[in-house]
Amino acid sequence: MKITLKVWRQKNKDTKGDFKTYEHNHVSTDMSFLEMLDVLNEELTKKNEEPIAFDHDCREGICGTCSLYINGHPHGPLQTTACQLHMRSFKDGETITIEPWRARSFPVIKDLIVDRTAFERIQQAGGYVSVNTGGVPDANAIAIAKNIAEEAFDAAACIGCGACVAACKNASAMLFVSAKVSQLALLPQGQVERKTRVEKMVAQMDAEGFGSCTNTYACEAECPKGIKVTNIARMNREYFGAMLSSYQIESGGGE
Amino acid sequence: MKLDSKIPEGPLAEKWTKHKFNLKLVNPANKRKYDVIVVGTGLAGASAAASLGELGYNVKAFCYQDSPRRAHSIAAQGGINAAKNYQNDGDSVYRLFYDTVKGGDYRAREGNVYRLAETSVSIIDQCVAQGVPFAREYGGLLANRSFGGAQVSRTFYARGQTGQQLLLGAYGALNRQIANGKVTMYTRCEMLDVVVIDGKARGIITRDMITGKVESHSAHVVVLCTGGYSNVFFLSTSAKGCNASAIWRAHKKGAFFGNPCFTQIHPTCVPVTGTHQSKLTLMSESLRNDGRVWVPKKAMPGLKSKDAANIPESERDYFLERKYPSFGNLVPRDVASRNAKQVCDEGRGVGSGLAVFLDFTDAIKRVGEDTIRAKYGNLFDMYAQITGENPYKGPMMIYPAVHYTMGGLWVDYNLMTTVPGLYALGECNFSDHGANRLGASALMQGLADGYFVIPYTIGDYLATIGWNDKVGTDHPAFKEAMDGVNVRVNKLISIKGKKTVDEFHRQLGLTMWEYCGMSRTEEGLKKAKKIIQDLRTEFWTNVNVLGSSNELNQELEKAGRVADFLELGELMVDDALNRTESCGGHFREESQTPEGEALRRDDEFAYVAAWEYKGDNQPEALNKEELKFENVKLTQRSYK
Repeated sequence: MKITLKVWRQKNKDTKGDFKTYEHNHVSTDMSFLEMLDVLNEELTKKNEEPIAFDHDCREGICGTCSLYINGHPHGPLQTTACQLHMRSFKDGETITIEPWRARSFPVIKDLIVDRTAFERIQQAGGYVSVNTGGVPDANAIAIAKNIAEEAFDAAACIGCGACVAACKNASAMLFVSAKVSQLALLPQGQVERKTRVEKMVAQMDAEGFGSCTNTYACEAECPKGIKVTNIARMNREYFGAMLSSYQIESGGGE
Repeated sequence: MKLDSKIPEGPLAEKWTKHKFNLKLVNPANKRKYDVIVVGTGLAGASAAASLGELGYNVKAFCYQDSPRRAHSIAAQGGINAAKNYQNDGDSVYRLFYDTVKGGDYRAREGNVYRLAETSVSIIDQCVAQGVPFAREYGGLLANRSFGGAQVSRTFYARGQTGQQLLLGAYGALNRQIANGKVTMYTRCEMLDVVVIDGKARGIITRDMITGKVESHSAHVVVLCTGGYSNVFFLSTSAKGCNASAIWRAHKKGAFFGNPCFTQIHPTCVPVTGTHQSKLTLMSESLRNDGRVWVPKKAMPGLKSKDAANIPESERDYFLERKYPSFGNLVPRDVASRNAKQVCDEGRGVGSGLAVFLDFTDAIKRVGEDTIRAKYGNLFDMYAQITGENPYKGPMMIYPAVHYTMGGLWVDYNLMTTVPGLYALGECNFSDHGANRLGASALMQGLADGYFVIPYTIGDYLATIGWNDKVGTDHPAFKEAMDGVNVRVNKLISIKGKKTVDEFHRQLGLTMWEYCGMSRTEEGLKKAKKIIQDLRTEFWTNVNVLGSSNELNQELEKAGRVADFLELGELMVDDALNRTESCGGHFREESQTPEGEALRRDDEFAYVAAWEYKGDNQPEALNKEELKFENVKLTQRSYK
């Protein structure tokens, strides 16, 4: 099949980018979307034109590296990652527009590659249980109800790709942050730091400049891993609960 | 050079305990005087960096991805073994040890494997404490399953995303140390050389993949956790970025390379659809529990799944059931893979010719579509998504693919390479798996090395050298190594030839797959050696890398990695040439039983082949570490 591509090209973060149009005549329906770009890139290289830079790695939908905004949707028309999207989802002769994630907190590095280190800093602010290696109890010492473990897993399945931010008109990172907050708020291991964790992660999220949630649910609709907006509700509840009692934590005992 | 594995003396079960006591310690107050470099942030790297940071060392960690969370450990599906015996079904540390040594076809060290089995139990405790959501039973305790033909249920799992959840646990621990200031994290940063001064590893040279800046980092020790080299084959189940550059540069600086030809080939992957194919996707081998593998008796080129039902039973060849009546479709990975290749080589492959059917028709008739959906629904969905075909209506097509490398840098019991101060952990060392890795053992090894081995063994070396024994980046050796990296990068950019990097890589991959894959002959291997040498020469005169070196340049990154694969590929061929026995997944056609099965030769080959670099375009020297088996009796595997 043949397609027309409109691709965002931008040399680096300091230069202005624009769309460039490519006619792609060697597309097979069996190709993944990224393989379609690989083939185009080889053709460009043969013509001594610089290939299109795009992020990708595992190509099996789990690493969360790929980050293409395709025809107005993060990861394209299906609720999956771009690497798992195949060209059979498009029509012969179609024009496909590819952009990077658009969000102030995800500055463009080059072409379709953005800087998602804001997500790293949010996780560093508290997305863990503070246990050192060794000296932990036996794994079966604490029983966890199966439904609770399953719900924690559903939240833990987030791959950190940033599609939720790209989908949101406010560029909110609430779905991403709430997934980790939920996982650890649900599990007994996360209880000790439950309040400080949500406070710190939300504070970092705000500091990174992500927008607020206005309940459009676009994030859930586009999330390749089906992370639910109920996590956002849980995070809000956790946050208010923490804020109402937080002065004790901050001042070390409420004296 | 005499290889000293440093396996402690004494009974198997006491070796590690005794060894830990004999290792020197670094005083807690002195730990902050030591700098540690960790390269790679998969299970081994993230767990090592976090654990060493917790102990008080100053750690610098590096990964090529934009986040440590994206390392390819994340893609492991099935599970992680541990000798917990929670199921009361007769598992023990000794049984896990025994299964692993046997599964590795007796080409692994007893001492290392026993330690691996011993530490496996602590790994599960650690991960649960971190909040890893393992599968649980209704009573709230952890669930287990039997995996890869094991007779006991010792595999812990988190749906089909065990690697992801374990890595996110280690990533959390790493993040905590980053927040505490004990680990400095460098993302999108690739290691391009290791600096060795006076025979000791002193630091590394890196390239910032955004700015292109080449930089030096010095430390008391360098710990490589950079994963496997399956991408030598171009097509594999590895992530696109997985590469051998870190271990290959270390090899060229004096670290011996152990058993490079030991690669694992997984029988159930989605077949290649065309030259555009960029990677392969693995389907869990649990599918073989209910699926029947077959091809037509007579060649029927281009046979499609939807037409399979028209082939009468009498014209089908269920080749695994026919040749191995007692194991049938459940023969081990290596046997299943080799036989699939054989029938395709005979021209009886289906689809593109490089595929066999995995048919669930009988299973669906027997237990119903709903039961099959409940068992394998997610795998069937994944297959449908990739291929666009409905596996409930016609058989799946599968073909083997490379997905793990058992070979890697040679390390002693302390995980130190032959370069003092240079360690290798996880898949990048030649490891504990021998000639064949059992399912659910890779995650176990990565985390054992990072959480529970290196924190002990690193202290012994550091306490021995002392904190004053450090060389700064102002030493001329760092400048020299940086110059070397810059020269190489600029050379790649300046060739401006006619062929793309991927064209070279694809050609190398096809050569390796054809001659150094599942089935090998002396003739084929010699041919491959010549092809690789010619390809390498052509690469350095005819590759086209556009753009410049001082910006983000993905073609340049790829070119550097492929240049290394073109050297490593030849060493793999040399190793395969030397090992004239069949063992593990490596079938040497000259070494087979009268029935055509793999014939191992313990009298000649019960050793680790540790290769020593001798200079560019010089033959490498072979060093042998004899493997002693004091506890396990060596037997020939049979699945008839």
